[in-house]
Amino acid sequence: MIPLRIEHLCKSYGALKVTDDVSLDIAENELHAIIGPNGAGKTTLIHQLSGLAQPDSGRVVFMGEEVTHLPMDARARLGLVRSFQITSILPRFSALENVALAAQARDGSSFRFFSNASREADLNDIAMRLLTRFGLHERAQVAAGSLSHGEKRQLELAVALAAQPKLLLLDEPLAGASHEEAQRLIVTLQTLKRELPIVLIEHDMDAVFALADRVSVLVYGRIIASGLPQDVRADPQVRAAYLGEEV
Amino acid sequence: MKRRSLILPVMLFALLALVPLLATLGPRSFILAITTRIVILALAALSLDLLIGYGAMISFGHAAFLGLGAYSVAILSSHGINNAFAHIGCALAVSLVFALITGAISLRTKGVYFIMITLAFGQMLFFLGTSLAAYGGDDGLTLAQRSLVFGAPVLKNDVTLYYVCFAALLGAYLLCRAIVASRFGRVLRGIRDNPVRMQAIGFAPFRYQLTAYVLAGMIAAVAGVLLANQAEFVSPAYATWQRSGELIFVVVLGGLGSLHGAIIGAAAFSLLAELLSHYTEHWAMIFGPILILVVLFVRGGLTGLLGGGR
Ligand SMILES: Nc1ncnc2c1ncn2[C@@H]1O[C@H](COP(=O)(O)OP(=O)(O)OP(=O)(O)O)[C@@H](O)[C@H]1O
Ligand SMILES: [Mg+2]
Repeated sequence: MIPLRIEHLCKSYGALKVTDDVSLDIAENELHAIIGPNGAGKTTLIHQLSGLAQPDSGRVVFMGEEVTHLPMDARARLGLVRSFQITSILPRFSALENVALAAQARDGSSFRFFSNASREADLNDIAMRLLTRFGLHERAQVAAGSLSHGEKRQLELAVALAAQPKLLLLDEPLAGASHEEAQRLIVTLQTLKRELPIVLIEHDMDAVFALADRVSVLVYGRIIASGLPQDVRADPQVRAAYLGEEV
Repeated sequence: MKRRSLILPVMLFALLALVPLLATLGPRSFILAITTRIVILALAALSLDLLIGYGAMISFGHAAFLGLGAYSVAILSSHGINNAFAHIGCALAVSLVFALITGAISLRTKGVYFIMITLAFGQMLFFLGTSLAAYGGDDGLTLAQRSLVFGAPVLKNDVTLYYVCFAALLGAYLLCRAIVASRFGRVLRGIRDNPVRMQAIGFAPFRYQLTAYVLAGMIAAVAGVLLANQAEFVSPAYATWQRSGELIFVVVLGGLGSLHGAIIGAAAFSLLAELLSHYTEHWAMIFGPILILVVLFVRGGLTGLLGGGR
């Protein structure tokens, strides 16, 4: 089964076509990178896949089930989980609690009113393991809002993983990270891509070519090229769209 | 909750528990009456803190639940049903239904629209009260007696009534304390801080917010039952928007998102009002600037000032 099918997705903001007849299949165990210039509509596409924005037409099919009109939380519960280009965390909660909350979302009912959630060892263990994986174990008790920018990017990934995704939509996970942090994240993503299919939006071309199994190029809401990284890199249309930019 | 932050609430409740003893040092029935009203106000404000401080739901119609509770007592009593448990049961049931309906509608909106729509629902209830000619309409209704416990006029004694109110406040405080730290409360706080993040990990905000809205409404309705008993009188004025505004004032003054801040706020508000009203009838005008100063300069309201922490 194809984990994620995007069929003829269209969306406009007024006269601006941000998504223009996008069709794409994301295969099992594939890391599919979507690249494109600023304002090409990459984030808006992720919004429609994750349920934060509604397409005007077209379909999104996840694990054989149409999810086009499901809200974001319902898609997340199915395993279609996203991260945000602009870091979205709970700044007043500790790093540990940010991750534990995502684990809680996958662990039975949250309509429990009496026992203290922050003392649930199961959830804290899951959270601690993920924080360790992202090198944040020593920062577990720090308020997420006080973490460094790079740490917040790592935390965002840990949170997404704690929600037990079957497919990850990552919107520029390296954005704003330092060079060392970016290297670290790339290594993490290299192991992660063996575990589940990933749609990755990324500006960092080194990262894209280090990670991607396939690449699609989005320009003005349209996919102008899609295929193996080396083929896309050689595509004259892509070179024209990125005129002056190193691809 | 850290141990240090337990000191303030423990001291508060200890002080409240001693009030009937301390009252014998002064004009006893006056002191008892005003502290009973403070405790009832604190109970209503506490429930509003659950909404505003932990759920970021700024309800401008919370006094409607006070009205529902108070009228449960008045209407049942006027039909000869004096049983306190019937009064409480009725108040809880009616407020549950009212909160479910108005909450489900209000929570479709956000920000200032939520404030306006809760205000509108509150005013609807107020006008319903004024139109109840059989129950005094505008003028309200004096109760023949306080609620009976198994047929006995237990609440007739002001000290007993005070301790019943005290127990209700303590119970509600402990309940809310547990709730905000529970799984449910953690989700509610997460939604308050970043609803989109919470949706992205799979939580649908609506059902958690609605549950909190209903809980808060039911607690406020209990405050309404107690208020009717304390005053031995009910009127639509209990449910006016001014009353709702007063409740917001109290929680902000005391410090949002601390629960015991509501108690401090209620005490400060009532005592200040009592004090100022001796000097001028325009005492409400002095409140405005005080609130502005507190909001601007004291993070966390009076609770923040006392260093009790959150
Ligand atoms: N809610 C909105 N209303 C109107 N226009 C919008 C809205 N969201 C995005 N746009 C516009 O849609 C276009 C695509 O935006 P989008 O954020 O999807 O681009 P992007 O490819 O993610 O860009 P970047 O690389 O800068 O992140 C932009 O021109 C943007 O201004
Ligand atoms: Mg973007």
